[in-house]
Amino acid sequence: MLFYVVRRAAAGVLLLLVISFLTFVLLSLPGQDVGRTLLGLNASEQAVAAKNSQLGIDRSVLAQYGDWLSGAVRGDLGTSWFTSEDVWTAIGNRLPVTLSIMVGVTLVTGVLSFGLGVWAGVRRGAVDRFVQVFGVAGYALPGFLVTLVLVLVFAVELGWFPAIGYVPLTDSVGGWLSTITLPIIALSIGSVAGMAQQVRSSVIEVMRQDYVRTLVSRGLPMRSVLFRHVLRNASAPALTVLGLQFVGLLGGAVLVEQIFGLPGIGAMTVSYTTRGDVPIIMGLLMVSVVGVVVINLFVDIAIGLLNPKARVA
Amino acid sequence: MTESLPALTEPAGAAAPHVPAVRRGAFRRLVRNPLGLVAAVVLLVVVVGAAAAPWLTTHAPDAADLRSAFGPSAPGHPLGLDSAGRDIWSRLLFGARNTLGGALLALAVAMVLGIPAGLVAGYAGRWFDAVSGWVVNLLMALPAMIVLLAARAIIGPTVWALMIILGVLAAPSFFRLVRGIVVNVRHELYVDSARVSGLPPWRIIGRHVLVVVRAPIIIQISLVAGVALGLQAGLEFIGVGSSSDLPTWGGMLNEGFQFVQRDRTLLLWPGLALGLTSAALVLLGAALRDVLEDRGTDPVVRRRDRAAQRAVAPAVLDGKAERSPLLSIRSLAVSYALPDGSQREVVHEVDLDVRPGEVVGLVGESGSGKTQTAFSALGILPSGGRVSRGSIQVDGQEVVGLSAASWRQLRSHVVSYVPQEPMSNLDPSFTVGSQLVEPIRAATGASRAQARERALGLLRSVEIEDPERTFRAYPHEISGGMAQRVLLAGAMACNPRLLIADEPTTALDVTVQAEVLEVLRRLQQERGLGVLLVTHSLGVVADLCDTVAVMQDGRIVESGPVDQVLTAPREEYTRRLLAAVLDEGQPPTVAAGRADEGER
Repeated sequence: MLFYVVRRAAAGVLLLLVISFLTFVLLSLPGQDVGRTLLGLNASEQAVAAKNSQLGIDRSVLAQYGDWLSGAVRGDLGTSWFTSEDVWTAIGNRLPVTLSIMVGVTLVTGVLSFGLGVWAGVRRGAVDRFVQVFGVAGYALPGFLVTLVLVLVFAVELGWFPAIGYVPLTDSVGGWLSTITLPIIALSIGSVAGMAQQVRSSVIEVMRQDYVRTLVSRGLPMRSVLFRHVLRNASAPALTVLGLQFVGLLGGAVLVEQIFGLPGIGAMTVSYTTRGDVPIIMGLLMVSVVGVVVINLFVDIAIGLLNPKARVA
Repeated sequence: MTESLPALTEPAGAAAPHVPAVRRGAFRRLVRNPLGLVAAVVLLVVVVGAAAAPWLTTHAPDAADLRSAFGPSAPGHPLGLDSAGRDIWSRLLFGARNTLGGALLALAVAMVLGIPAGLVAGYAGRWFDAVSGWVVNLLMALPAMIVLLAARAIIGPTVWALMIILGVLAAPSFFRLVRGIVVNVRHELYVDSARVSGLPPWRIIGRHVLVVVRAPIIIQISLVAGVALGLQAGLEFIGVGSSSDLPTWGGMLNEGFQFVQRDRTLLLWPGLALGLTSAALVLLGAALRDVLEDRGTDPVVRRRDRAAQRAVAPAVLDGKAERSPLLSIRSLAVSYALPDGSQREVVHEVDLDVRPGEVVGLVGESGSGKTQTAFSALGILPSGGRVSRGSIQVDGQEVVGLSAASWRQLRSHVVSYVPQEPMSNLDPSFTVGSQLVEPIRAATGASRAQARERALGLLRSVEIEDPERTFRAYPHEISGGMAQRVLLAGAMACNPRLLIADEPTTALDVTVQAEVLEVLRRLQQERGLGVLLVTHSLGVVADLCDTVAVMQDGRIVESGPVDQVLTAPREEYTRRLLAAVLDEGQPPTVAAGRADEGER
């Protein structure tokens, strides 16, 4: 098991390295004159050259990447070209907002989709039809469109929640809840729809397995067949989907933060990328890919714990 | 029987390699599917509207007239005017061109990259499979939205270039689908034989592989198109796609959201257009799936049927009263619900008795209904199947319509089951030990340590050499013969008096078969078990059984003491079975190979 975890983690680190290198090279390709953009048209050639060399972008891409990487592993992601902010500080300030939403969505998705999926897979009937219709509907409508409707109904019309803004958890728990509830609901609809479907079909699949019949024939109560055996075997594919969905959720977070005016990573991505601030873009991309890698590592570990065969493979 | 119960043998959800090709008439069936028809019509309307935009509008989409901003619907402006006094109808139609075009571009790139790569990776495998697998993992770890934003920082606000990148990011969805199916097909016998007969790879791909992947690809197209549409509009919505003059649905939504307090219609029209188009794509995908994969509905046991199942009254039987104390089956019929709602009877009028200490063989070829009969006596018929007539008594208790709790009592103390396939009947996620301990504790309430001792004793009793090690092992760590012993031990856990064994040795090697049968015989004699032994092997019957019943097409055609039936069969069918054994002159088996595939 330990070997399995180490190997998975190593694969994740390798993935991070490759992505960071490719992104860095691609971001450096077009040879924009960053110094000129920063200093304006009136600046002298020397001043521009000096600025470029101060930023280190007059050197080879490989050398720049080496610098960036050696900083990154020490937790130093450089400083913004445009605002001179420390990249890590800038991201760190906004991370709690996005994390609040992501953790909330993951919890809601996990609980609801397992509940609905198992119920639908075992009892079939009306719940099953609901999960299937909901699955199609949740997939059929673009997330941000659903979000707009939610804002319109619950914030603008009914006024139950603020339409925009964010209150940090440390300021007021109630305020924090009221500002993140609607965004979490908005993002959860799609992910619950997709994952409940997955849980449902894996539950049905497992219920058809020979060993379930044999366990029933041994006089085990249905409850324990269901919650010990069926659930355990059905959750591995569902968890894999959860890992995949997380990537999509990051994209969803960008839109949702923009709509609700939440000062998170997503909104930050929108505002900084329009200016081509490479250190910030690198930092943001790395933080989100690290998020994906970590989530997938958790999923892999969970699957390894649930399914002894996966540890060998 | 296989053809009569398609839903029972078909794996759920798995990309079935036998997905039939796009059949003739698929279009007709799609049109007859109401959801599919509506979705297709909506898409057609949108596409035609976009194509014919110049002829359907009277104003250019970017002709602004600030004086009439937020103007209501008027002649020439069927949907009114936006915040800059531009015609909403015109922007909607021309916007469809940009929005759909962008999504289409992304889709095309994803297909061009993903499908060939998936074909090659799945068919040829080797280094290409390894490399492309790695690239795909990499792409899938990238959050599309954030990559697109980063890309925009470099290449500027050209939405078309962004859509190409989106296509690259979406390529894995085609790649994984195609590769998965091709890997499955590659191992099919007909592809093997095509390869052996020297058909070049491109011919095999063309003739056998493409046919199978076509339908899933068509379905996937509509799903990916939906996602691409959503992302395209999303990018435009946050205002990073193109310049604001170019009409797009996402851009219109953005504008509408800014002025949401003033005029809701600005949000309504593009929202409706996007929502309907996207929903139509996904619904079309769902309808196509139903049509192309020809998935009937599962023979779901409806609540009504379940009630009916319980309500089956035990048949009142004639006066020959004296029924066997252990297992007594009278006039049994088993039926399955078919997808179209009708019932199909697979077992008819079966009478069978097992007395204590007696071994009864139930023989017949695949699909003769013997396994269904055995399952009925254990109450473990697969979903959709039920006892539709007759009576089954276990230990003197009527079990047709028995409650779950009473069944548990019987299964925990009286009757137990030895299945056919050793490996698939052990839960792969739990150790052998825990699968033995759990039922013991549930049945007797023993402590963990007591149950463990008992389980180890059981493993010893089925002649497993290192019980401790087997106890700790996972199912994938033991051999098939070992697994069958474990299952036998599991069946003995509750000290049963009646054992129902369904082809307990069929899946094993010949030498292992003999050993397992020997263990079974010893246990039966030591404990005086009544055994119902389902088998297709007359050799096993001659070896082990006291009486035998021969089944054909769901009926018992002959039964009696083994000596009599085997030496002086009355029925033609029995004679044929015997003749088949003698002809082969080897381990006597009636139906070799994949026995009872349809019955499981």
